[in-house]
Amino acid sequence: MAGVRTPQEKWTNRVAIVAVFVALAIMLTPIYWIAATSFKPRNLATTIPPTVVFQPTVSPFVKLFTKRSQLRDQPTAEEYAAAPWWERMVFDGGEKVVRNGKTGEVRTSGYGDRFTNSLIISIISTILAVSMGTLTAYGFSRFKVAGEDDWLFFILSTRMLPPVVVAIPMFLMYRVVGLNDTHLGLIILYTAFNLSFAVWIMKGFIDEIPREYEEAALVDGYTRMQAFFKVVLPEALTGMAATAVFCFITAWNEYAFALIMTNRNAQTAPPYIPSQVGSGLPDWTVIAAGTLLFLIPVAIFTFLLRNHLLRGMSFGAIRK
Amino acid sequence: MASQVMTNLDPKSRAAAKGLSDLTIRNLFIIPTIAFLIIFNIFPLLYSLAYSFTDFRASTRAPANFVGLQNYRDLLSDPFIWSNFSITAKYVLISVTGQVLVGFGLAMLLNRAIPAKGLITTLLLLPMMLSMAVVGLFWKLLYDPNFGIINYFLGLEKFEWLADPDMALYAIAIVDIWMWAPFVMLLSLAGLSAVPKHLYEAAEIDRASGLYTFFRITLPLVAPILMIAIIFRTMEAFKTFDLAYVLSSQPTTELIAIRLYKMAFQEWQTGMSSAFAYIVLIMVVAITNIYVKYLNKVKAR
Repeated sequence: MAGVRTPQEKWTNRVAIVAVFVALAIMLTPIYWIAATSFKPRNLATTIPPTVVFQPTVSPFVKLFTKRSQLRDQPTAEEYAAAPWWERMVFDGGEKVVRNGKTGEVRTSGYGDRFTNSLIISIISTILAVSMGTLTAYGFSRFKVAGEDDWLFFILSTRMLPPVVVAIPMFLMYRVVGLNDTHLGLIILYTAFNLSFAVWIMKGFIDEIPREYEEAALVDGYTRMQAFFKVVLPEALTGMAATAVFCFITAWNEYAFALIMTNRNAQTAPPYIPSQVGSGLPDWTVIAAGTLLFLIPVAIFTFLLRNHLLRGMSFGAIRK
Repeated sequence: MASQVMTNLDPKSRAAAKGLSDLTIRNLFIIPTIAFLIIFNIFPLLYSLAYSFTDFRASTRAPANFVGLQNYRDLLSDPFIWSNFSITAKYVLISVTGQVLVGFGLAMLLNRAIPAKGLITTLLLLPMMLSMAVVGLFWKLLYDPNFGIINYFLGLEKFEWLADPDMALYAIAIVDIWMWAPFVMLLSLAGLSAVPKHLYEAAEIDRASGLYTFFRITLPLVAPILMIAIIFRTMEAFKTFDLAYVLSSQPTTELIAIRLYKMAFQEWQTGMSSAFAYIVLIMVVAITNIYVKYLNKVKAR
């Protein structure tokens, strides 16, 4: 609210600003701590008092992508000198990089594959959900559909179920058709999950495009199909982009289905990262590095989406 | 509303004369989605409805025997299940209340001239976009009794957040509040910005107290949107799985979704868990129904 007048109001305003910055600092501390930990040497990740100033290292990222084993004997000076910089980092941590016995190739950890799986599954399911969702939303927006509200409720209700409820029968069905632990299996699940969201959000966006645009195109001799592709679709592009980012983030972050339906081949990053904690003392620097890389795409997308967050998070109920 | 403009589904319309009729296009656009959702959402549910009347175990090759309503009877008379429900209710209450207080508080603070307001709002919203499982996991380090930064900053020595059975549920709820208070804030901000300024000016002329203005003007006008946020978060908190599963394995934090997961995929009581899933499903559909009814009411305004 503009128009701060009395000295008392001025004072309240100042207190509020300070409070906002304190709240912001508290809210962002966990995220900052992930980022900071991912650049720490292992011995500085768990110290009292917490280490805030340190010499950053990328060794957690090296460890994240390689398979390592405990170092039994110190490497000889020649071995150490011959090793590339990243291998030396692993030596410095008291470990060695595991190599293939015959070819000498470096063995990689599972993280890269899981990250790629996450990318493939999220991108393909997003494309499917947004394209099908846009068509359906157009159908509901522009044509008479008997029992329209009931259909829209039905579409929404499929999203409201707890994932485990849906996962029990899906797991059994996938076992019959051989879709457990496959990319296609997860893509189908995430498409179904995001499709309902895409229909609801896109219907809002398409409702806002004036019908007169298409009517004019039809008068000009376009067919309905041409009018849709050449007039409506370009107008709906911003909405589609925002919807796509939301669908991507949902699929990217999804945990329960991935935990139940995959174990190796098609496993995505969310179930993989917690599985690395295990028992004993976990290397939090490596977990932080894996977490940070995983969060970066979403953080970027959040900034791109900032003007659509309200609509997206409320299923289109509230528009700005 | 715009029913006159609503396109006529006439197979012999002008547009149809040169291309596909509107009726065909409508069906072409809508039916695949409905079919897809029926095949991958409704059919599986019917499938598990059938299993819910059997003693089937997916881990064995033994055929399923029909047991009638036995599973439902067993579940509803099992005191452990009721404790899962009461844990969930407690969790929903703590977490949603926390989110509303923090979120609405943040929105009240932000609803004024503040430098870099747009950037601050976006940064505050970041936690809710992140993966609950992955970021939630990292809170294990933050909560660590020996070298966690939370104990360090709060000056608590070796305070057990997750290992203490009574504290663990609160610890999980705190992470949930951290992630989702921004959601309540976002919706509240939209509500606050819609309150007409002249109401505040009128209140000022009448020399109404700040408290009076808040309870008689701000709160009633923001209430509908705040209600959406509350119902939405209640539904999500009721379903919570990821966060509680990665953070704790205590019996005192065994939410419904976790019990269901263990029953289905660790104990492999497929028939029993299908029945349990149906009980949960009925509850969710009931809450969703209220939510959608309310949503339509708000939209109609």
